[in-house]
Amino acid sequence: MYSPAKAWREFPQRYRLEAERCTSCGRVSYPPRVVCPACRARAFEPVTLPRDGKVVTFTIVRVPPAGFVEAAPLPIALVELTDGTRVMVQIADVEDPAQIEIGMPVRLEFRRIRSDGEAGVILYGHKAVVKK
Amino acid sequence: MRVGIVGYGAFIPRRRIQLEEIAKVWGADAPAYRKGLQLNEKSVPGPDEDTVTMSVEAARHALARSGGIDPKDIGAVYVGSESHPYAVKPSGTIVAEAIGATPELHVADLEFACKAGTEGMFLSQALVKAGEVKYALGIGADTSQGAPGDALEYSAAAGAAAFLFGADEEKLIAEVLHTYSWTTDTPDFWRREYMHYPRHGSRFTGEPAYFRHTKSSATGIMEKAGMKPSDFAFAIFHQPNGKFPMRVGLDLGFTKAQLETGWLSPWLGNTYSGASPIGLTAVLDVAKPGELVLLTSFGSGAGSDSFVFRVSDRVSEVQGLAPKTRPQLDENKIYLSYGQYAKLRGKIRMAE
Amino acid sequence: MRDVCVVGVGLVDFGELWEKPLRRIWTEAALAALEDAGVDTVDLVTIGCMSSGLFTGQEHLASLCVDELGIAGVPAARVESACASGGLAVRTGFAEIASGLSEVVLVTGVEKMTDVDGAEATFALGTAADQEWEGFHGITFPGLYAMLARAHMARYGTTREQLAKVAVKNHANGLLNPHAQYHLKVTVETVLGSTLVADPLRLLDCSPITDGAAALVLASDDWAKAHAKGRPVVKITGSGMATDSISLAQRDDLSELKAVRLAGERAYQMAGRAPKDLHVVEVHDCFTIAEIMATEALGLFEPGGGGPAVERGLTAIGGRVPVNTSGGLKAKGHPVGATGVAQVAEIVSQLRGEAGQRQVQGARFGLAQNMGGSGGSSIVHILEVV
Repeated sequence: MYSPAKAWREFPQRYRLEAERCTSCGRVSYPPRVVCPACRARAFEPVTLPRDGKVVTFTIVRVPPAGFVEAAPLPIALVELTDGTRVMVQIADVEDPAQIEIGMPVRLEFRRIRSDGEAGVILYGHKAVVKK
Repeated sequence: MRVGIVGYGAFIPRRRIQLEEIAKVWGADAPAYRKGLQLNEKSVPGPDEDTVTMSVEAARHALARSGGIDPKDIGAVYVGSESHPYAVKPSGTIVAEAIGATPELHVADLEFACKAGTEGMFLSQALVKAGEVKYALGIGADTSQGAPGDALEYSAAAGAAAFLFGADEEKLIAEVLHTYSWTTDTPDFWRREYMHYPRHGSRFTGEPAYFRHTKSSATGIMEKAGMKPSDFAFAIFHQPNGKFPMRVGLDLGFTKAQLETGWLSPWLGNTYSGASPIGLTAVLDVAKPGELVLLTSFGSGAGSDSFVFRVSDRVSEVQGLAPKTRPQLDENKIYLSYGQYAKLRGKIRMAE
Repeated sequence: MRDVCVVGVGLVDFGELWEKPLRRIWTEAALAALEDAGVDTVDLVTIGCMSSGLFTGQEHLASLCVDELGIAGVPAARVESACASGGLAVRTGFAEIASGLSEVVLVTGVEKMTDVDGAEATFALGTAADQEWEGFHGITFPGLYAMLARAHMARYGTTREQLAKVAVKNHANGLLNPHAQYHLKVTVETVLGSTLVADPLRLLDCSPITDGAAALVLASDDWAKAHAKGRPVVKITGSGMATDSISLAQRDDLSELKAVRLAGERAYQMAGRAPKDLHVVEVHDCFTIAEIMATEALGLFEPGGGGPAVERGLTAIGGRVPVNTSGGLKAKGHPVGATGVAQVAEIVSQLRGEAGQRQVQGARFGLAQNMGGSGGSSIVHILEVV
């Protein structure tokens, strides 16, 4: 069973894209951390990630893991948001995977990511949709 | 105190299936269906879309049009649907959490067949008018299904509309002048617990249900308001197919021109709790200050909520601040085969 | 620090070993190494195993295995660094002897992967990635490497055909390795025609699911020389280890395997050697792109030069620097925890002159590079015959 406590703990990041910015060097950490990976300082201020970005690299997963078997072909990308933060997300609403390219502008939209089977919790988050 | 809509937005998924695709699988007469139901194609939710996700995006569009309302000032969120993702666990709390309105607010999930969306709007409006909350968000959203091969399979579609209500004069997009509701116990359409698909009384869903309640509610509000059809620039009715809303509108004395803008079902299908609310968003996208709008929903079981809106000056400032409804309906469509549709809608029996 | 030598090597045939449970596979490799070294017991046993827990439901592996060998009581430790668990087992044994804590150590690696189905194996392997921020979205290991491949192709112009040639070379080498899982000839056409797994990587770009174990006996230099019995003494002259973010979103440069570069630099420094000194190299080709990127990170070729190098045959047996004479993970198989140990075993065989048809003539300096996940950890060892 996917722990409901674990799911709940992640809501600020999954639902609202909440991150933290180091007050010493400005590096944004998503998810938030105790120690800044850039300068090792320990003080942060809350920020929300922007929802626009572009595809840095991607793949189309044809052999998905358990829990995603029906999702193939599953496009997943590393997206760089306009503030420089990078996130890994699925690309949704893709009619033809051949259309995806490095550099494509995308926007993050609220979607259902997975569910713990038929009876478990539903996990929501964001996916990227291609901007026309 | 003037209360009304201070933010609005709709979300329509990109996927579509055409009526012919469904008809050929079940050996139905597609041209006759097209003509009889006045339906061409309908929206289909993606594997990652449901009532909650569509509600969140529609709510975000509403906030984008609200002139900077702080989500923490939203005192109530109501999500009306007949396809809530959980049987027990509210959709409204997920939406409220996602838009940042928690924790000081009232949340309820509503259901009343296709009327659950306007129910949320009805309650939101009343709560703000009573001075209980500063802003209230009423959302109608559905991803309902029709049984394979049943008439409803041609129309059951997916979409959401969200309306933020408030009493700030300078934020009003459309003031609520009157509300009215007409309700009886009429079992025209139902779904028992644990059943996958709803059942309906076939032709009984027409005159005794849809037409009787819609007409009574629309007539009732116009009487209450001392208004007549020609006073309105737009009228929006619940749209279970293309035919019914046109018929009831013309019967009531409205013209095609008044009905067309809010009439989306021929290309959208029936988005159930989202139906007339999405129609309202399409109207607001093009409405001009001073125009009067009539909205009458219908939910099986049965009941009809009516609203008379007067469009405010602010409308032209906000229309472009979030995705409009008609482009979401007409552009960027992804067409599905019946096989893809059946897979997406969970109609194929998978391995345990 | 004392010098450390490899005095025994033991392998089992890699493959789908339906009839053998994990403990038996492990024991067979362990006994083979002990016999090769001519010893009966050791001061410490290390076991590299990525996840006996997820694959077989068994933890507390070290104690279980030591008991199977009949030497319960001997100190034993299972170490984990995803697919670099074997390399970590080597490093741990090396450090124990170098520090003087032990005289003779049995270093092993094992993985039993075929008692779970494909989806569960993919999940277990996926735990080497960031579960919450990568795996959560449905990414798989082939998917992560596919993303790296795309970034490398976009930056350096590495081609699909160059990736395929890594598989062709390694399968050609595998044909010469009796312990390898696959003995089959593969052409560029077969690679390019195989099923897509995660675009642009295809089935034949990916190492397989394998059961297997490998073992080494390490001993101090003094012990090795006293017990050499006329065989060449092989010394571990360099050991380097490094980490990097396991999450791709946190990496500085997607076209570089930084952990491999750092681990390599540390090993070269300890050994007092440079890339050009190497005669034979085993790298972690979990996917074809990984071999190309690893050879660049190890300084064998310029960044971006790995693809053209394999295309020109520089890394074939007989080429300028043969890479993966064993067949690599691709043809030999990749029983995850065993791989790092098996790589060192291949280098030792080469340096002893015992690599049969795969022998690189006159090989004196060799390197084994093991890597975890999508490059989150890497352990490099340099060996020389003395």
